[in-house]
Amino acid sequence: MTAEWVFVYDRTWDGLLTAVFDAYVRRRFPVALLGEADTPPLFVEVHHVVSDDGKAGRVGDALQRKLSPAAMACLSGSLYAGLPALDMHLFRYVCKALEAAGSIEANYADSDVRFVTDTYRKVLRERLRMMQFVRFQKTADGTYFAMMEPDFDVLPLVVPHFADRFAEERWLIFDRRRRYGYYYAGRRAVRVTFEKDADIFRFQDGRLGETMRDEDEAMYQELWRTYFKAICIRERLNPRKHRKDLPVRYWKYLTEKQRGGGTKK
Amino acid sequence: MKEDTFRKLKILAESAKYDVSCSSSGTARRGARGGVGNTVGGVGVCHSFAEDGRCISLLKVMLTNFCIYDCAYCINRRGNDIPRATLSVSELVELTMEFYKRNYIEGLFLSSGVVRNPDYTMERLVRVAKDLRTVHRFNGYIHLKGIPGASRELVDEAGLYADRMSVNIEIPNEGSLKFLAPEKNHESVYRPMRYIQQGALESIEERKRHRHAPRFVPAGQSTQMIVGAAGETDRDILSLSAALYGRPTMRRVYYSGYVPVNTYDPRLPVPKQPPLVRENRLYQADWLMRFYQFRAEEIVDEAHPDLDLEIDPKLAWALRHPEQFPVDVNRADYEQILRVPGIGVKSARMIVCSRRFGRLTGYDLKKMGCVMKRAQYFVTCGELEAKGVNELHPEGVRALLTQPGGRRKQPDGQLFLAFGEEPLHGGTEK
Repeated sequence: MTAEWVFVYDRTWDGLLTAVFDAYVRRRFPVALLGEADTPPLFVEVHHVVSDDGKAGRVGDALQRKLSPAAMACLSGSLYAGLPALDMHLFRYVCKALEAAGSIEANYADSDVRFVTDTYRKVLRERLRMMQFVRFQKTADGTYFAMMEPDFDVLPLVVPHFADRFAEERWLIFDRRRRYGYYYAGRRAVRVTFEKDADIFRFQDGRLGETMRDEDEAMYQELWRTYFKAICIRERLNPRKHRKDLPVRYWKYLTEKQRGGGTKK
Repeated sequence: MKEDTFRKLKILAESAKYDVSCSSSGTARRGARGGVGNTVGGVGVCHSFAEDGRCISLLKVMLTNFCIYDCAYCINRRGNDIPRATLSVSELVELTMEFYKRNYIEGLFLSSGVVRNPDYTMERLVRVAKDLRTVHRFNGYIHLKGIPGASRELVDEAGLYADRMSVNIEIPNEGSLKFLAPEKNHESVYRPMRYIQQGALESIEERKRHRHAPRFVPAGQSTQMIVGAAGETDRDILSLSAALYGRPTMRRVYYSGYVPVNTYDPRLPVPKQPPLVRENRLYQADWLMRFYQFRAEEIVDEAHPDLDLEIDPKLAWALRHPEQFPVDVNRADYEQILRVPGIGVKSARMIVCSRRFGRLTGYDLKKMGCVMKRAQYFVTCGELEAKGVNELHPEGVRALLTQPGGRRKQPDGQLFLAFGEEPLHGGTEK
């Protein structure tokens, strides 16, 4: 009996393409793909995939000849979801795409194509939610600061949007769960991290303390809350739809859902 | 910006909230050096959702809620004893900029009560937009209300700054409009609509010759009708919508269930609650016309001038036309599949794409997002199938789909309004 193989890779797009390359070269196809932090099961052979630009490039080129640019974006973008269940679907999708005569990207009856496409759709939805729900506060030195905790690691995907929108401002968006952020000051956004005991981890719900924020910041927050209350038509209250569109897990960092600071001028 | 600004913002947002439109869609514009903002195009971005379930995309506010008109259906009518306020241009511009930089909003939706005369009012709206665009280099979304009766020159100027403009019809039937709003008529609404259309078409022509010619309301125009204030039928409303969609640049018609704001006026009905289910059915019918290739006459006709409140208009159409079914998902045209209740635009596209690779089964349909609860009576995919609409008869299918209980959630008093029965899905989708 031949042993079953498990591949361990770094959960990047290049890593995945390298895994496909290795599988074809070694003629051994894995029953499971694991991340580097996962513990492999017993009684299987384990192959550690080392991401390699050359190998990944060759598979990527071959794939590009088979799939549209939109489908390529979908495949690599789906990895942002960080779902362990995705790995094998993605691996099989790539293999099928390479072996098929034409493009298989529109075959939604195929469970792998469907899973990857659906996952990418979820990633895009989370990205949109960040575009919607990020709330900046102006700090005393004029930097705009926002904290968030998206379901997926989509911060790198929204940075170009904010860099385009607020091109002339200085801003910092910080993902508290994943403990990194992007700082932008006029040209390009750079990835930043903070020491474990930095002030940034002490902000209640990401709110700046009184000394750190711009003198008008509290007033604009209060104005926004005033507006939020005033725009609602009481005769049409619909809490169920409200919570569906604005899920409770995002409320923590939403200015309009935070309680007023009582510093109304 | 002191106590007074809070008061003004509250009053003027409350006065503006009955205007339904809020979308920030239709323009894709990248940020510009030295400026603030961009627009994302596509479906736009909603930044928040109010507790009534409606989205908040733009800062929707009136410049003033003083008004010389006395329209019976309007909260801001001259005769109403409500707090009045006026924002100064600089106050409003500052609010917009500060809210925008904090990512609260996509831009500004500015409307106004009519003060002195339409042109005076329109000019002030234009000034706000001009200030935002030229002084503050604001590059986000601007939606300007066209004031009925405003002159062509002012509409032409407004169109250069606004992404979208709208002039509200409010009452679909001209006779009723004159009865409820004696100072208005349809011509005063249609005229600025035509100006916007002409301006936009001219700009498109101009841009073919000069790539940098200015854009004119790139996101087109929209309008709104109040539902349930003047005894109009759904047929009146939908045939007017269809005619409007036939014109270039008309992107959206909004329907606003009449909220009884002026209960003392004997000319108006006093419903216990706004007709939310009817409003929802109208939106569904609107979707059928815009995305499902339905004509207004197919949705409502002389025999059925009003939409069925118990079932959605697509299902209602299907039950009136059992001869069109069942549809074979593996063979039928896209247009036919699109007409199956429970199958939407997305799933219909997926079906047409996927069936080239192999036969589709009921399981595949379900996985692609078709609502099989409804679709099962109207499709066939070469399997041993349950009885369809022709075996069970339309009345039978209707009974099966409207019976209370089942897996549907029990009414919680929220969505089961005046008309009972079907829950309301979504209020103001884009």
